[in-house]
Amino acid sequence: MASITLNHIVKQYGDGFPAVNDVSLDIADGEFVILVGPSGCGKSTLLRMIVGLEDITSGDLEIDGKRVNDLAPRNRDLAMVFQNYALYPHLTVYENIAFPLRLTKGQYSDSEIDSRVRNASSLLELDEHLDRKPANLSGGQRQRVAMGRAIVRQAQAFLFDEPLSNLDAKLRGQMRTEIARLQRRLATTTVYVTHDQTEAMTLGDRVAVLRRGVLQQVASPRALYDQPVNLFVAGFIGSPPMNFLPGRVDGDHLVVPFARIPMDERLRTAIGSRDLVIVGIRPDAFEDADVVSSDKRGDGVTFDADVDVTEWLGSELYAYVPFETDPAVQKQLEELDRELDGEGMRTQLVVALDSLSSIRDGDAATLWFDPASVHVFDPESQDSLTRDDDKAASIDADAAKARQRATARAKERAAREDAAAS
Amino acid sequence: MALTGRQKLWWVLITVLVLVYALFPVLSILATSFKLPGDLSSGRFLPTTWTWENYAQILAPDGSARDLFLPALRNSIGISLIATLIAVVLATVAAYAIARLDFPGKRLVLTTALGVSIFPVISIVTPLFNIWRSIGLYDTWAGLIIPYLSLTLPISMWTLAAFFRQIPWELEQAAQVDGATPMQAFRKAIVPLAAPGVFTTALIAFFIAWNDFVYGISLTSTSAARPVPAALAFFTGESYFEDPTGAISAAAVVVTVPVIVLVLLFQRQIVAGLTQGAVKG
Repeated sequence: MASITLNHIVKQYGDGFPAVNDVSLDIADGEFVILVGPSGCGKSTLLRMIVGLEDITSGDLEIDGKRVNDLAPRNRDLAMVFQNYALYPHLTVYENIAFPLRLTKGQYSDSEIDSRVRNASSLLELDEHLDRKPANLSGGQRQRVAMGRAIVRQAQAFLFDEPLSNLDAKLRGQMRTEIARLQRRLATTTVYVTHDQTEAMTLGDRVAVLRRGVLQQVASPRALYDQPVNLFVAGFIGSPPMNFLPGRVDGDHLVVPFARIPMDERLRTAIGSRDLVIVGIRPDAFEDADVVSSDKRGDGVTFDADVDVTEWLGSELYAYVPFETDPAVQKQLEELDRELDGEGMRTQLVVALDSLSSIRDGDAATLWFDPASVHVFDPESQDSLTRDDDKAASIDADAAKARQRATARAKERAAREDAAAS
Repeated sequence: MALTGRQKLWWVLITVLVLVYALFPVLSILATSFKLPGDLSSGRFLPTTWTWENYAQILAPDGSARDLFLPALRNSIGISLIATLIAVVLATVAAYAIARLDFPGKRLVLTTALGVSIFPVISIVTPLFNIWRSIGLYDTWAGLIIPYLSLTLPISMWTLAAFFRQIPWELEQAAQVDGATPMQAFRKAIVPLAAPGVFTTALIAFFIAWNDFVYGISLTSTSAARPVPAALAFFTGESYFEDPTGAISAAAVVVTVPVIVLVLLFQRQIVAGLTQGAVKG
C-alpha cells in the first residue's frame, strides 16, 4: 500500500510532441483514481510512466515519498493489468498467477505460493480453471486471471489499463462491480485508465480528466458532473452528453435557441459584460412541462420544441430536437465535438424525459427546465463561468468521507469473513 | 457440415490419387533398394528376392561404395548442421530486429533477402567455382557452408520475422512489471513462444542444405567435402557393366530416413499456434 505522487510530469516523444504535459496529481494511500479522456489524450502513457514502461522526460514520480523515476519496473513493486491481459500462453492459469511469486527467488516457499495462488483464485472464482491454459478460457476468465496475477503479490498499487474494453457489455458491467468490490476489500491504491465514462464515474473515488496531455480537472465523480471547470470536462462527463447552446445576452434575458432564460443574480455575475456565451444544460435537467407541478412550473423556463426522434429505453426516454447553431460559436463547438471523439454531425438538443412521457417522434412538445441547472461557459477560454468552488469542495469532502466509511466497513466485513473462515 | 456419400467418395478418390502421386517414387526407391542387380530390369515393382546387399554395399566394412558413401554422409550432416546453425542464429537476431525495431533500411534488408533467395543457383555456380579455386575454398566444408547460407538465411529471416511479428510483446512488459529482469522477461515469456518458430525454421533450413545438389557437385572434387546428393552420381556397380541403381536407391533411402524422422518427431512444433490465448481473441 502506498501513495503515488506525480509532480509536473512531462512526456515528450522524439518529435518534441508532449504526449503528457505538466501533470501533477496526488494519489492517496488506498485511493481509487481514474484517468479518463478521449483517445490520444495521454492517459495510457501516464499510466505506463507510473509503472516504468515509459521514460519520464521531466518531473518527479514518487511512490510513498521515494523518487522512482529511474527505477526499473520490477523494482517499483506495482501490479498492472493490461488491456489485452498479456497472459503467458505456455503456462497454466495456476502458473500464470504464481508467476510474479516465482520470480522472487526464495522469498516464498512452495506451500506459501500455493496458498497465495489459491487465495487469489478463490477470490476471483477461478478455482476450477487452475489447470487450464489461457487459450481455453473465455474473455472474462482471462481478464480474471490477469487480475489474479496482479493481486497475488500484494503490490504497492494496482494499475489497470482499460481492462474491460475487450469484454462485451454484460460482462463489462459484471467485471466493473467485481473490480470495485475487490478494491474496497483490499484497499490497495489503484490507478485505472479508461475512456469509458461509466467506468470512470462508477469506480473512482476521484477522476482525473485529461485532454491532449493536459490535466483538466481532478475531482469526485459528483463534483465533475455538477461543477465542471470547463467546456471539455462538461462535454466529456455525462451520458448522453451535456447540450451546448449559443446564448446571446438581450437585456435581462439570455437568449438561446427555443427559449429566453431570465437572468438571476447567479447568471448575471457569471456572464458579466459578455454578450455571447455558451450555455450548457444537462439532458436530465429537462422535463415534460405537462408533468411538472404547477407551483414549480413558474420557477422555470417553458418552451416549445419540435421533437425529431425519440428513443425509449424503458427507464427513460430520450428526445432529440435539432436546431441551428450560432455561427459565432459553431467552430468551437465542432472542434470540441471532434476532440470528444464525436463526428461533428448535426446540432441537436438531447432531452432525457420520464419513460412515461407521451412524447413521440415528430411531436411538438412543451418542455421545462430550471435556470438554476444552467451552466455558462466563456466561448473564448471555454472556462466555466458558473462553477462554484465552495460547493465543489464540499461535494469532494462529502465524497471523501463516504469513501472512508465504505472502506472501513469493507475491511471490517473482510476481517469478519476471514475470522469465520479460519 | 456433414458430407454426403458422393462427396465422401470424391474426397477419398482425390486423397488416394494425391497419396499415390506423392509416395509412389519413394516406395519405388524403397523397393528397388532391396532388389538384386539382376532383378533391376525385371519390370516388377517388388523385388523377387529381398536382399540387404545394396545396403551392405554402401555401409558394410567391405562394401564397394562404402568409401564413397560414408565420407559423403559425414560431409552432408556436418555441412548442413553448421549451415543451419549459423543461418538460424543470424536469422533470429535479424528477424528480432525486423519485428521489434524501427530502423532505416528495414524494408531494404527484407527485399534484398528476398532477391537473394530467388536468384537462380546455377547462374552463380560458375563464378563461385573460379573464386573458390583461387582463394582456396574449393572442395572444403566452408566452401559449401557459405553458399548454403545464401540459400538458408533469406528464407529463415522471412519465416522468423513473420513468426516474431505474431508474438505479443506486451508479455515481455507484463513480465517486467511482475518483477522480472529484462533477461528473465525474455527467457521466461518470449523464448517459450519463439522456440517453436525457431525450431521450424531450423528444420526448413536444414532440409534446404541437405537437399542441395548443384553446389555440392560443382564446388567439390573429392570426399573431403562432397555431400551425399553429389556423391550418388559417382557410384559404380560391382563391375563396369553393372548398374549401380540398387546402391543409389539404398543410399537415397538412408538419406531420406533422417528427414522423415525429424518431421514426424517435430510435427507438433512445426504446426505453430502456441500463442493462442495470450491476448484477447
